[in-house]
Amino acid sequence: MTVETHVRMANDSDHGQPGPALAPKPDVRASLPAAAGAASGAIQTRALNVCYGPFRAVKDIDLAIPPNSVTAIIGPSGCGKSTFLRTLNRMHELTPGATVGGSVTLDGVDIYGPEIDPVQLRRVVGMVFQRPNPFPTMSIFENVASGLRLTGRMRRSELGDVVERSLRRAALWDEVKDKLNQNGTSLSGGQQQRLCIARALAVDPEVILMDEPASALDPIATLRIEELIAELRESYTIVIVTHNMQQASRVSDRTAFFTMGEDRAGYLVEVDDTVKIFTNPTEQLTEDYISGRFG
Amino acid sequence: MTAIAGPPRSIAARLTGSTVGRRRTIVDRVMRGLALAAAIICVIPLGAVLAFVIGNGISALNIDLLTKPPKALGLGGGALNAILGSLQMVPLAALLAVPIGVLGAVYVAEFGNRRSARIIRFSADVLVGVPSIIIGIFVFTFLVLPFKQFNAFAGSVALAVIMVPVIMRTTEESLHIVPNSLREASLALGVPVWRTVFSVVIRTGLSGILTGTMLAFARAMGETAPLLFTALGSRLINVGNFAKPMDALPVFIYVNARQPNELLNQQAWGAAFLLLAIVLIINVAVRARSWGRQIG
Amino acid sequence: MSAVPTPTPPLGPRGLLGGSGSRLPDLVFRGGTGVFAWVVVAILGLLLILLVLNSRQVFGQFGLSFVTGTDWDPVAGMYGALPFIIGTVASSLIAILLAAPIGILTAVFLAELASRRVAVPLTFAIELLAAIPSVVYGLWGVFVLGPVLKATVEAWLVGTLGWLPIFAGPPFGIGLFAAGVILTLMILPTVISISRDVISSVPNHQREAMLALGATRWEMITRAVLPFARSGIVGALILGLGRALGETMAVTMVIGNSQRIPQSIFDPSQTIASQIATTFNEAGVGLQTSALIALGLILLVITMTLNVIARLLVWRVAGPVTEAA
Repeated sequence: MTVETHVRMANDSDHGQPGPALAPKPDVRASLPAAAGAASGAIQTRALNVCYGPFRAVKDIDLAIPPNSVTAIIGPSGCGKSTFLRTLNRMHELTPGATVGGSVTLDGVDIYGPEIDPVQLRRVVGMVFQRPNPFPTMSIFENVASGLRLTGRMRRSELGDVVERSLRRAALWDEVKDKLNQNGTSLSGGQQQRLCIARALAVDPEVILMDEPASALDPIATLRIEELIAELRESYTIVIVTHNMQQASRVSDRTAFFTMGEDRAGYLVEVDDTVKIFTNPTEQLTEDYISGRFG
Repeated sequence: MTAIAGPPRSIAARLTGSTVGRRRTIVDRVMRGLALAAAIICVIPLGAVLAFVIGNGISALNIDLLTKPPKALGLGGGALNAILGSLQMVPLAALLAVPIGVLGAVYVAEFGNRRSARIIRFSADVLVGVPSIIIGIFVFTFLVLPFKQFNAFAGSVALAVIMVPVIMRTTEESLHIVPNSLREASLALGVPVWRTVFSVVIRTGLSGILTGTMLAFARAMGETAPLLFTALGSRLINVGNFAKPMDALPVFIYVNARQPNELLNQQAWGAAFLLLAIVLIINVAVRARSWGRQIG
Repeated sequence: MSAVPTPTPPLGPRGLLGGSGSRLPDLVFRGGTGVFAWVVVAILGLLLILLVLNSRQVFGQFGLSFVTGTDWDPVAGMYGALPFIIGTVASSLIAILLAAPIGILTAVFLAELASRRVAVPLTFAIELLAAIPSVVYGLWGVFVLGPVLKATVEAWLVGTLGWLPIFAGPPFGIGLFAAGVILTLMILPTVISISRDVISSVPNHQREAMLALGATRWEMITRAVLPFARSGIVGALILGLGRALGETMAVTMVIGNSQRIPQSIFDPSQTIASQIATTFNEAGVGLQTSALIALGLILLVITMTLNVIARLLVWRVAGPVTEAA
């Protein structure tokens, strides 16, 4: 199966050497056309609007997310950060009455195009949620394998390989390797979240969306998640929504600042290299937010 | 297992589907269609029962059915004995059941400590699940057997035993919903506890209590089994004499349905129409408000 | 419940009013309502006691062979309950085998797939199904369902599977199978409404987790939602089964009232409840009545046990649940 092949080849890069088809350098920022044969994972939104019925939640977002990097989205509560994140894997469609205007492309492919099945999209764009949500009726092994089981038959040994690889990538293998058959909820909060990350990694996505992944965790667990994100950026494009500015500054290469307009719709104020955003932002609103001024 | 392919697929290739994906899509659509079909299957019998009861029942409805008792000899007459019987026994049962159910629920919801509340609630739940024919036997053993006389009072008691736990549980739920701040405000004003309960708590939860009571009433109207060994049924008209047997609509239907005679079967359909009309009207009236709220 | 430390009134151990009110009218009120509440417990206790007392005669005479005996012959003074136990179990089994897939699929439809506009009227219709009196189902069953089943489903089954003894004909229309079908209709509302509640209570983050892995709606339902709700759904089925076991009138009217053990599902049969319903009033005071009451006791024990188990299972998933009739 090609998915598994891809995982094997990506795994060969674990020794620190870039694999044969890894993405261009992480500081490329402008919108990227699809490079033939290159697995990149660059996202570009243009004039993106999200409405729930008559109410507009997110307005006119033009945002480029470079591949193999970490992009953080910060901003006050309710300004549409999570809503925006969910448009990237079409999860907002679960809410009845949600509509999207504008375009979102992944390596040049319009993910809202008629030929794109959201089910397929979500294999390529994975998601980790705020509260760890392992499946309580499944063991640790089965949790990680759950995405793989959707696409049908795999021999137990291959499954075992992928599960082990995913757990290693999520920095959880050593802690659970002797208790793979235990229930997924028997782990601590931080471990459960890494389990969810392993579960997402197992289906070999290109992009990983994280919606406040550490906000429900204690500081030590949070630190481990942040370290993990740093490791993962080598192979994946990561978009992380966080209300914790310090976290954004630690973890991300680029940062986008959202806020709520007078019409209660969220919009993008500024996006730039993280260092610049946090030391010398262009917009006054950004400056106000990061220095804690209300207004 | 496929051999190792060339370079990893581009995103475009991964996004535009695979054959495995198509099979899953078909399964998804088919199963969702089956779920819809199951829902429709559930509703068809309702339509069928209504259609036949209305169809056959209306043609059996005539003045005689409503105003005459069954003929003493031969066939014909009406269901007046049953109509009057139901109209007496069920309200009496309600008269017995409502105070016990409501006040009992008040105790559990407002005063009971953990343990007694649990025991009482458990008993009520168990009673709700007891088959109604067993209730009939139960009441028979102490209200019919000792007197060697089938009587309508025992029938009412049997119906009341069926109604009490239902009313108690639904009342208790209605009382739970009443916010504590109301109780506190009333007590803080110096209103005694018993008045707080009546004027504030019960009044606030009243619509829920009424709903539960009406539904229990409708259910009692339709119960047959508990009456078979208590009130027994009778071809005679009985008004007011609870020490003797009395007929009821469900019993009338049962007896006449089993006779090998078409006229009597017709009368059963007519009585069924009456009974169903009463029961459904009560149910629809009681639930219509909450349904309306859910849609609108 | 608020935790505000007010000087008056004292908060009771359970309810706000629990410890309050020490004046006479309040004490009387409290005592009075307490009496009413405990009446319910007394009723249950009395029921059990009276049933046991009145069964003693027949159990004393037959002991366990009352349950295993196959002959019920009042004239000869022989009482064996097995044919009715079999009839009860078989008809209820048919009902639950039919109601489980239909009911669970419908519950899934209502809870996961249907829009509000469709779900509300559909739920309304199913709740009305539950309100139809048993005797009306029986009437319809005898004159409508029976003949229809005889001509269609039963004829087909006998035609294709009649070589199996359990499906042997001739199909009468009335019989064990018809009773099973009527029972299915009667327990569907219970199974559906509890299953639907249980499925709705599955937290959304479970659905999102499965969908985010690239699952179709149906895969999400079968791999994330239903496993989570599993014990609650089993509880709903057990409650439905309990209902079926105790159902009397509709079954009595369509089951054929035969005292013999049925060999095929199309044979006439008899359940415990229908045997009591049809023979209780002719029974003389004495052994036969005691036997019938003992039958009732057996039925009661079975249904009570199932009910308790079912409630525990449902509570585990969906929290305390009351079915209001």
